[in-house]
Amino acid sequence: MVDATHFDGAHGPKPTRAFSRRNIFLYGTLIVVAFYYLIPLYVMVVTSLKGMPEIRMGNIFAPPVEITFEPWVKAWSEACTGLNCDGLSRGFWNSVRITVPSVLVSILIASVNGYALANWRFKGADVFFTILIFGAFIPYQVMLYPMVILLREMGIYGTLTGLVVVHTIFGMPILTLLFRNYFTSLPEELFKAARVDGAGFWGIYFQIMLPMSLPIFVVAMILQVTGIWNDFLFGVVYTKPDIYPMTVQLNNIVNSVQGVKEYNVNMAATILTGLVPLTIYFVSGRLFVRGIAAGAVKG
Amino acid sequence: MSNTHSVEIKNLTLSFGAVDVLKKLDLTIGQGEFLVLLGSSGCGKSTLLNCIAGLLDVTAGQVWINGKNVTWAEPSERGIGMVFQSYALYPQMTVEGNMSFGLKNAKVPKPEIKKRVAHAADVLQIEPLLNRKPSALSGGQRQRVAIGRALVRDVDVFLFDEPLSNLDAKLRADLRIELKQLHARLKNTMIYVTHDQIEAMTLADRIAVMKDGLIQQLGSPDEVYNKPENLYVADFIGSPSMNLLEGVIEDQFFKAGDLSVPLAGYDFSRQANGAAWFGIRPEHVSLGSEAESTDVKLNVKVEVVEALGSDTLALTEVNGTRFWLRTSGQSKISAGDAVTIGFNAAEASLFDKKDEKRL
Repeated sequence: MVDATHFDGAHGPKPTRAFSRRNIFLYGTLIVVAFYYLIPLYVMVVTSLKGMPEIRMGNIFAPPVEITFEPWVKAWSEACTGLNCDGLSRGFWNSVRITVPSVLVSILIASVNGYALANWRFKGADVFFTILIFGAFIPYQVMLYPMVILLREMGIYGTLTGLVVVHTIFGMPILTLLFRNYFTSLPEELFKAARVDGAGFWGIYFQIMLPMSLPIFVVAMILQVTGIWNDFLFGVVYTKPDIYPMTVQLNNIVNSVQGVKEYNVNMAATILTGLVPLTIYFVSGRLFVRGIAAGAVKG
Repeated sequence: MSNTHSVEIKNLTLSFGAVDVLKKLDLTIGQGEFLVLLGSSGCGKSTLLNCIAGLLDVTAGQVWINGKNVTWAEPSERGIGMVFQSYALYPQMTVEGNMSFGLKNAKVPKPEIKKRVAHAADVLQIEPLLNRKPSALSGGQRQRVAIGRALVRDVDVFLFDEPLSNLDAKLRADLRIELKQLHARLKNTMIYVTHDQIEAMTLADRIAVMKDGLIQQLGSPDEVYNKPENLYVADFIGSPSMNLLEGVIEDQFFKAGDLSVPLAGYDFSRQANGAAWFGIRPEHVSLGSEAESTDVKLNVKVEVVEALGSDTLALTEVNGTRFWLRTSGQSKISAGDAVTIGFNAAEASLFDKKDEKRL
């Protein structure tokens, strides 16, 4: 015995075996599932690095014999989408110009909405909130055409501004709910103390609430960036070809009927389009989980 | 308006929908007075404090502070400072930031802010903590900072909403003394909400015992303890609570079963016969030889003994109801002992059975 005091039977930490049946089953399942989900991505990456002659040989799982970045370059700057042939780059910048203002404006408005609903119980607050939440349950299809008329009357149909307005409006119910729940979970006494200290509506919002709300802002940002970036329906309905967002352009590239199907270019274009949400997830995944938890649990 | 009234509540009603939380409440608090609002949870004491602070809109009635009608005024314009149970310190600001936040909002010049924060920090002995964030403070330190935040505002009325309830017992006792000293030094009006009767008894100039949105009794700790106005107050104040026997008053005697107490020594506020409650505090029950000279003597059996060191509590039974008595800490009684107890009508409280008011 190393130890001076001797115990009979079980003592100290319970010993664990690395290759217990439980571990083998658990990790085995995880590895199989991970493999299953990664195969499509693998095929996409591999195919995008092959030349067309190699693809025609048909071994979609085989790694490229000769690595070429030609398809990526073509997807980004040369692929044809209907009228113009300058690749996805145009769509990328369109998407950036749509996503950035939509995300900023919608989060800004929704956070103030949520703050007002949580802390300043104005008359009719409950009715307002109910109507807003009801909006989350109306299918988008129902509102497509009325929205077209609305935008036309406002003179912003077919413009980037119009699409930004649409994204902001449609993001409002869920974002307001998110912010309201988060602000409700903050201790009410903090708000009261700030009122006694003479801070007003905006003073409390900017000086007390905002600094405490980073996690929920990250959650809202992730939801909005991925949601708006991945949007196809609104993009195709409310914009014109030269300001199509990246997703619509991707569809036009992949579904173009003239000429040869360039699988490698299609794969590269698809990965390029998915890269932005993917990056967001990798960078802020941890904050995302923390923010979701913070919104759900009181404290 | 006389200047001696610091806070006046006039006919105050607050309703949430159909529920009246406060019912036509009147309360006048003098300059420099320490008033404690005492009651169990849900009695409306915190609601009343929030109404005084202006954090809740009243349904009817008025709130006056320092001779001004502040019923519609913003909390920051009322000349109040408030301390909350959960401290409510702004987590992202330092202690200094917390204390100066209100002054910055009031656009007080910087040198003046610095002076006042330094003064408050000195009074509360928190100078070494000024650059820390609240998360790096202990519970007691946090509550001190919260008090400091009210202190720097240089107001006439301090409102405390159960400020010590989140602290452990020892710290609570220490801070209680400090609060008392602080009040003696500052001489501000203080309104203090608590459910802890020890805090109420030790801190208050006057206690307002509340129940169901009404003030049951308003008086000095001595009055509330020794001459409770009604059965609720008698039962609520004191631990263990007052022994209550059910019976009838007949010709200057209180009769319950075999028990008959002569009431010659009792100071009646109104003469009454008929069904009544007889209440006597455990410490007014004498034991053994001390019981020789009392109005009434009883032989009872001790059922439970709680030796607290400073004193000893014994549970007995009189007329089928629980009956506590308090005796010296060194007393050597134990469960199962047969003892003689006695008490005087002069130290008792009598309540009418019907309206439960003091007789």
